[in-house]
Amino acid sequence: MMDAGLPLLEVTDLATHFHTQRGLLRAVDGVSFSVRRGQTLGIVGESGSGKSALARTIIRILSKRHTTTTGRITFEGRDLLTVSEPDMRDIRGRDIAMVFQDPTSSLNPVKQVGVQIEEVLARHLGLRGRAAQTRAIELLTSVGMPLPQERLHQYPHQLSGGMRQRVAIAIALACEPKLLIADEPTTALDVTIQAQILDLLHRRQKAHHMAMILISHDLGVVAGYTDTVAVMYAGQIVEQASTRSLFRNCRMPYTAALMRSAPNLSDPPHTRLRAITGRPPDMVLPPPGCRFEPRCDDATDICRNRRPALSASDADGTHRYACWHPVASPGASA
Amino acid sequence: MTSYVLRKLLRLGLVLLVVAAASFLLMNLLPGDVALALLGNEATPEAVAQVRAELGLDQPLLMRYLHWLGGFLCGDLGRSYITQVPVMESILDRLPVTIELMLLSQGLALLIAVPTGVLCAYKAGSRIDQLANAVGLFLLAAPVFILAILLMFLFALKLRWLPSTGYVPFMTDPVRNLAHLALPALAIALAEWPSLFAVLRGDMIKTLQQDYIALAKAKGLGPAFILFRHALRPSSFTLVTLSGLQIAATIAGALVVETIFGLPGIGRMLTGAVYNRDMMLVQGCVAVISVGYVLINFGVDLIYALLDPRVRQ
Amino acid sequence: MNALADDPGHETASPVGATIPMRVRDRLGLRFWLPAAWITMVVVLAATASLLPLPSPIETDFTALSNWPDRAHWFGTDQLGRDILSRAIFGARISLTVGLLAPALGLGIGMLLGMTAGYFRGRVEIVIGAAMDAVMAFPGILVVLAVTAYVGASVPLLVILLGVLTVPTFMRVARANTLVFAQHDFVLAARAMGATHWRVLSLELLPNVMIPILIYALLVVSRIIVVEGVLSFLGLSLPAPWPTWGNMIADGQVELATLPYIPFIPAALMFLTVLSINLIGERLRARTDLRGSVL
Repeated sequence: MMDAGLPLLEVTDLATHFHTQRGLLRAVDGVSFSVRRGQTLGIVGESGSGKSALARTIIRILSKRHTTTTGRITFEGRDLLTVSEPDMRDIRGRDIAMVFQDPTSSLNPVKQVGVQIEEVLARHLGLRGRAAQTRAIELLTSVGMPLPQERLHQYPHQLSGGMRQRVAIAIALACEPKLLIADEPTTALDVTIQAQILDLLHRRQKAHHMAMILISHDLGVVAGYTDTVAVMYAGQIVEQASTRSLFRNCRMPYTAALMRSAPNLSDPPHTRLRAITGRPPDMVLPPPGCRFEPRCDDATDICRNRRPALSASDADGTHRYACWHPVASPGASA
Repeated sequence: MTSYVLRKLLRLGLVLLVVAAASFLLMNLLPGDVALALLGNEATPEAVAQVRAELGLDQPLLMRYLHWLGGFLCGDLGRSYITQVPVMESILDRLPVTIELMLLSQGLALLIAVPTGVLCAYKAGSRIDQLANAVGLFLLAAPVFILAILLMFLFALKLRWLPSTGYVPFMTDPVRNLAHLALPALAIALAEWPSLFAVLRGDMIKTLQQDYIALAKAKGLGPAFILFRHALRPSSFTLVTLSGLQIAATIAGALVVETIFGLPGIGRMLTGAVYNRDMMLVQGCVAVISVGYVLINFGVDLIYALLDPRVRQ
Repeated sequence: MNALADDPGHETASPVGATIPMRVRDRLGLRFWLPAAWITMVVVLAATASLLPLPSPIETDFTALSNWPDRAHWFGTDQLGRDILSRAIFGARISLTVGLLAPALGLGIGMLLGMTAGYFRGRVEIVIGAAMDAVMAFPGILVVLAVTAYVGASVPLLVILLGVLTVPTFMRVARANTLVFAQHDFVLAARAMGATHWRVLSLELLPNVMIPILIYALLVVSRIIVVEGVLSFLGLSLPAPWPTWGNMIADGQVELATLPYIPFIPAALMFLTVLSINLIGERLRARTDLRGSVL
């Protein structure tokens, strides 16, 4: 495609620290990755691993007073961390849009659906009145909403969960953004609706040649819809690879543990799921060495004392992991 | 929406009946005797009996209630024992002053409380927020009559910006009318501000942590738009309920403030009637004010439904 | 990083606000001790007023009419030559009597009703709730006015009326806390061991409900002192010539322009007292670990 060489979004050594009563909470701690146009990056991790904080950092919607952000977020050649707030407001919603986890809480309960869509159109495209309404109906149709015209005057509580998430997606797609960040877009939905919503996102992405960051705690979701995957643990990326390579040949024990903890159709009935024991570390006082060390079966002294850097596992350097004792075998899990 | 209103209307009718009955019983079940209260303890039994007959007090309680309720519904509240003027006439005479005072003070209170509450929630923990909270703490400890006297002393007596006492009807001279009502309204508004402010600020802080505010930001909307068009309405439910309940405090405020500033309102008339033991007037004022209070809270319920679409169902 | 805009959202409550973990500060600090000292002083003076070497609060001294504060009369004298310091101290008695007794009455009845409603639930709760709603449907001040008009102003009457008017709020706080604590294991355990309702209510629930309700009561005390002030300002509390802060302010207000110290001294005393009680209440609320209880 056009600028195939240059990534649309490049995040370099990004850190987001929350100021809490107990001290600095390192929600995101030195994360780097990039996303190209038309590509989908999956970010996987347990809850509390810093995925949502990362998403909110990229579009800069965290409160300045309670957070400190360092690093670089290069979007179309501009560093989003140095862009002025008014310029950033022009980017949010128009160039970068976001879909949140739970549409029940992410749609304003006291505003009609139509108003919530139309205000983005007014803000970024200057569409008002009839034009905005027509466009809103188009958008609702494009996200598979039955009876779009009547929906405009309904309130979120009058819609089902899946319908609400379709509205949220319509809002996100309103200005045909170049990058869509979907933060656990299906977690709050019924299982039967999840696949529909993911398919919808996938179709719209192909149609607009849009880049997407799909955040999930569910490896199954990530496996089916992403080109590359980054595994996050305790605010850091611990393994990063093309989706194929990751699922064929994961190297980081945490990734391996995540895969084992997901049910697999090929397992014989009554196979026990292997949950990861222990809990993620306290991010105010993280362990000095590898952050997964306290829960890792293979940990040794070096894991306790020194933090492993992300290192390449294959020749072209696209599969990278941070571990002193990587899982050895290719095809450890399939 | 219609069924919601109907349900509220039904409730309103019941509450009004209760309030009317209570107003009546208050005057008729208490120990003591109106006739004695009126004539003084030295009155002869014959005189007392005569007054009782005149007032219809020798009738059974239920008859008197029905008689009174019938009159009440037709706008007849009897005559003042002392001036012989129909109670309804006196009340209608004084009511506009009090209503204007209440509207002004309530409006002023909200006019100050909404921007400060929104701003301090947005800047929670900042210097300006701490300052506003400290001011709130002080005002909360200052009863309305102390505020009224302080305002009068500063702005009317020392600086001479505004008149200290007296009243001019709005129709006669709107400017002078407002000049006379400015300090009384401000005194009540300042006394009410702390609680309105605290409630709005607290709810607003909670609202600003909601995902739909994060989404509004992700849409690229500016802070003013988000605060006033997205966050204010869902944060104002408690504020609206409270400002309805606050009317009770405003009534107390009006009683005092009208006395201090010499406003010819219903509050001052009621206080006077209490001194003079003009029971018919007291009863009429109590009934009218209570009904007004109930009606205002009914209106608040309707506003609530307009604000929150989820309530209507 | 400094380019990050100060946008709304994700603002946790202010550091001065309530969401700080409750036991961060161990010392009560000046914001508690200073108001506490003031309240102690007012209480002691009011209690010992008749033993103190004060001029009579009601006798007029025609040689000292409207004297500004000086060495003989620290707070000056009013238009009738009465010593304002003495009147203020005697006046404090009324404010404190009404301010303490009325909430005590309301607390007693309200807690009984609230715990009954919260513990037994069901029809009892509905009846009690409806009764409280009926009391709240009236603006309280009107009830007080109407009854005093009929019976005549007196302090016991005021205590009873204001006490009854505080019952609904006390009932709500007691009920809410009973609901919370009734779910706790220690109550369930006591029930399982065969404790009677009376035993559970008095031994298990009462001590737990008591603490939040007492802290809440401080707030009511300061509010009642204000209301008593309003009523005595209107001449509906202790009859003249006996002083109350409210009627001292009302009497002094007449000559506000020339003799401002007459109303402002009792006004300041009242303000400081109410402020002190509020500050103490706020401090205790922040200090006491009220996790789980509802205020």
